[in-house]
Amino acid sequence: MDATVARTGTEGKTWGGGSKSPLKASYGKMMMWYFITSDALTFSAFLAAYGFSRFKFLDEWPIADEVFNHFPFLHGVDAPMYYVALMTFILIFSSVTMVLAVDAGHQLKKGKVTTYLFLTIIGGLIFVGSQAWEWKNFIKGEHGAIETANGRILHFVNAEGERVSLKDVATPIEGVRTEHENNNGVWFLKEPSTMSSYSLEEVIKGFETKDDFLVRTHVLNEEEDHSKVRKVLSREESLEILKNNAVGVVEGANLTHNEYGPPLFADFFFFITGFHGFHVFTGVLINIIIFINVVLGTYEKRRSYEMVEKVGLYWHFVDLVWVFVFTFFYLV
Amino acid sequence: MAHEATHEHKSASKRIWTVFGILSVLTLVEVLLGIFRPEWFTETTLLYMSLLNWIFIILTLYKAYYITWAFMHMDHETKGLRRSVVWTVIFLVAYLVFILLTEGDYIYEVYKSGHIAWDF
Repeated sequence: MDATVARTGTEGKTWGGGSKSPLKASYGKMMMWYFITSDALTFSAFLAAYGFSRFKFLDEWPIADEVFNHFPFLHGVDAPMYYVALMTFILIFSSVTMVLAVDAGHQLKKGKVTTYLFLTIIGGLIFVGSQAWEWKNFIKGEHGAIETANGRILHFVNAEGERVSLKDVATPIEGVRTEHENNNGVWFLKEPSTMSSYSLEEVIKGFETKDDFLVRTHVLNEEEDHSKVRKVLSREESLEILKNNAVGVVEGANLTHNEYGPPLFADFFFFITGFHGFHVFTGVLINIIIFINVVLGTYEKRRSYEMVEKVGLYWHFVDLVWVFVFTFFYLV
Repeated sequence: MAHEATHEHKSASKRIWTVFGILSVLTLVEVLLGIFRPEWFTETTLLYMSLLNWIFIILTLYKAYYITWAFMHMDHETKGLRRSVVWTVIFLVAYLVFILLTEGDYIYEVYKSGHIAWDF
């Protein structure tokens, strides 16, 4: 061997040429770290793109407090942040149980590893469920809005400046919109879910009769005291913009329409939280596989619980990403 | 590391719970600031950004440090592994964020000053 390899004089040292692993980590663990590095860059790209779009539409970007203000069993109560804070705590706690499982693995305590890994899986499932609920509220929407020809969003407010829903504004017109009921059609057919509850004509007709309602645009205006408030139009301007510019009714959000503001906000919300949720979901699956192995005693026989440590790295990474998503989607 | 498992390993659970406490307190501070948004914090601007947003971002990075170092045991890895992971991410992300946010702000100014009209 020596005859064919030029001697460098660094044999046996850290970077001496392959005889030792310089990073002193097993192959699997090192590769998990580099996978996490590349995944972190993917998430960063998403969040940076979100920042780009937000800076581009700075005056009309929704404020998270306006959008995510639901809490289970508190219907109609304005509860910004509470639910997502709870989700954050659940994920941090499942990270703690994961690191406790890793710690128990170091001491070769199978029972403890089993318990903590189980708790981690439960925490992950609760988190994914919570995210699904958050999506449901976002897709369903709350008050409804009008979309203009150039894609801007108009909301309705009453004289006190509080939001009013489409159902308070609209006056149903006979014949324009027939509700599909079980007794006058094929019973198993449902109403198309993409259809709005009121047509644009109904909303405009209702708005004309309600003198104290106004249209609020989505443009943030800076007031004299530097607070930013969305611009409310006068009664005449409101009627004018509804008749000339409005093209449709928006309820809730999907990839092309969003009652809370620019559709881009909805796109980023679905994409970033969806991609993160998918990571949590796969994390739970991997945790379950490792959990089964722990219960079967695979790692006990190996006398090493390093596999728990590797999936632990992935799980902590998912938590780490959420910390950033939480900040840039809900706080900043 | 793998070989540690064969040695007797001291439990680190005390540190884990301490870090959990720190992370919880930081999150709680963030949430409370996010709910109440004290005027003094939102109106004071430091380097193009409100003080409140600076606090959010610094607390987030601080949390990220604790998760990576304490929970992911980055402090037990070799210097080489640590730097190849952390420095790569930090420098690339800093560059990406700088480029994209500058560009986004530029486009905002273009729309605002009316070079391109939105009335289509």
